[in-house]
Amino acid sequence: MVLSKKPLHFFIAALVAFLPLVSSANPEVDSTKVAAGTSHAIETAHEESDEPKDVKTEIKEFIDHHLKDSYDFNIFGYKDEAGKQHHVGFPLPVILVDNGLQVFSSSKFHNDNEVAEVNGVFYKLHHGKIYKVDIADGEITMDEHHHATNAKPLDFSITKNVFMIFVVALIMFLLFKGLAKSYAKNGGIAKGAGRLFEPIVLYIRDDIAIPNIGEKHYKKYMSYLLTIFFFVWFLNIFGLTPLGINVTGNIAVTACLALLTFLITTFTAKKDYWGHIFWMPGVPVPMKIILAPIELLGIFIKPFALMIRLYANIVAGHIVLMSLIGLMFVFKNWIGSSLSFLLSFAISLIEILVALLQAYIFTMLSALYFGSAVEEHHHEEAHH
Amino acid sequence: MEIPKIVGAGLVVIGAGIGIGRIGGSAMDAIARQPEATGKIQTAMLIAAALIEGIGFAALFAV
Repeated sequence: MVLSKKPLHFFIAALVAFLPLVSSANPEVDSTKVAAGTSHAIETAHEESDEPKDVKTEIKEFIDHHLKDSYDFNIFGYKDEAGKQHHVGFPLPVILVDNGLQVFSSSKFHNDNEVAEVNGVFYKLHHGKIYKVDIADGEITMDEHHHATNAKPLDFSITKNVFMIFVVALIMFLLFKGLAKSYAKNGGIAKGAGRLFEPIVLYIRDDIAIPNIGEKHYKKYMSYLLTIFFFVWFLNIFGLTPLGINVTGNIAVTACLALLTFLITTFTAKKDYWGHIFWMPGVPVPMKIILAPIELLGIFIKPFALMIRLYANIVAGHIVLMSLIGLMFVFKNWIGSSLSFLLSFAISLIEILVALLQAYIFTMLSALYFGSAVEEHHHEEAHH
Repeated sequence: MEIPKIVGAGLVVIGAGIGIGRIGGSAMDAIARQPEATGKIQTAMLIAAALIEGIGFAALFAV
């Protein structure tokens, strides 16, 4: 053991000492109300005018809101003495393509109807989607399946998720640009943050790229593999911070990442890759005909599984973690709440592991697919 | 009817659990036999587990 026992003891003692503070966490209902409405300013204002809901419904709504994308970046919310909900955060730009470009701040939605007027056109925010309405207090018309029938403008808004993608992209750019410079200055020796990232980069090269893709071709895929690894890892880690970000738990984001892997695999594939899909060597002809459609389907299933795996892992992790935190407010007693605190603490630690593991698996499987695309088969092997 | 759907998803999750459990167990055996191959075994184990996990999640989202 590298850890000496003293700090460990201190840590455990501190944990036990702080336990009652957290477990008694304000057993009144309104402490959960504060938690329940962070992601949507106006909607909670609407909801509070209705009957007061029980804690379980509120927690469920809070989790649902967290999993969705939003047009505002809310950092936290609280309730003042008068019972009015306050939100701390900032609005993000809304960009719509609707008779030309319409750019406005999402703070325009912050009124009772959630309707923004831009250049004489009214837009209404309804369940996280923007619809066109005719008048300022316009209502959304519904068909019998409860789908809105209003026109929907093309939406290119910088939402919370897009904003966080930009932030992570900027962090990665500055970080690795800085590292590249410091290597040049120090004659190829890692310094500062490079000491943390160099082993990871080397690991991806030596244990993911080279064994799966092969010495000959791995170099051209390294940039993509490193980018995808750090991008997914950083976003997963950001998702565990209290900022309430859920980017890799958004299926559109993971779909785009999987699509990139699919495109790179398809367009860098060599002759042998297609040969193994459409006319599998070394098997009888009837078998070749049966295998071709299965292999063809496999091309699409692989990136699809990549998309679902990352999305589902992150969403499941967030739901479990937030439900456990929510249990503290459901139990409202010392034993139950401290238990769920301990449990959520343990799950948080597991989630940190999962954040790394999912980034690793995404990179690993991408490398595996690239490897199969550029592999050169020696056809005498097929006759063994 | 809602019950069969949920039961089906549950069965898939049980299957995925057994599958991942077997992979983990076999990997443990393999590591015990050949500790020097730990790295390679772990990599293969994670990939196989991830593939099965995908099926499990697909079942959960079908509900």
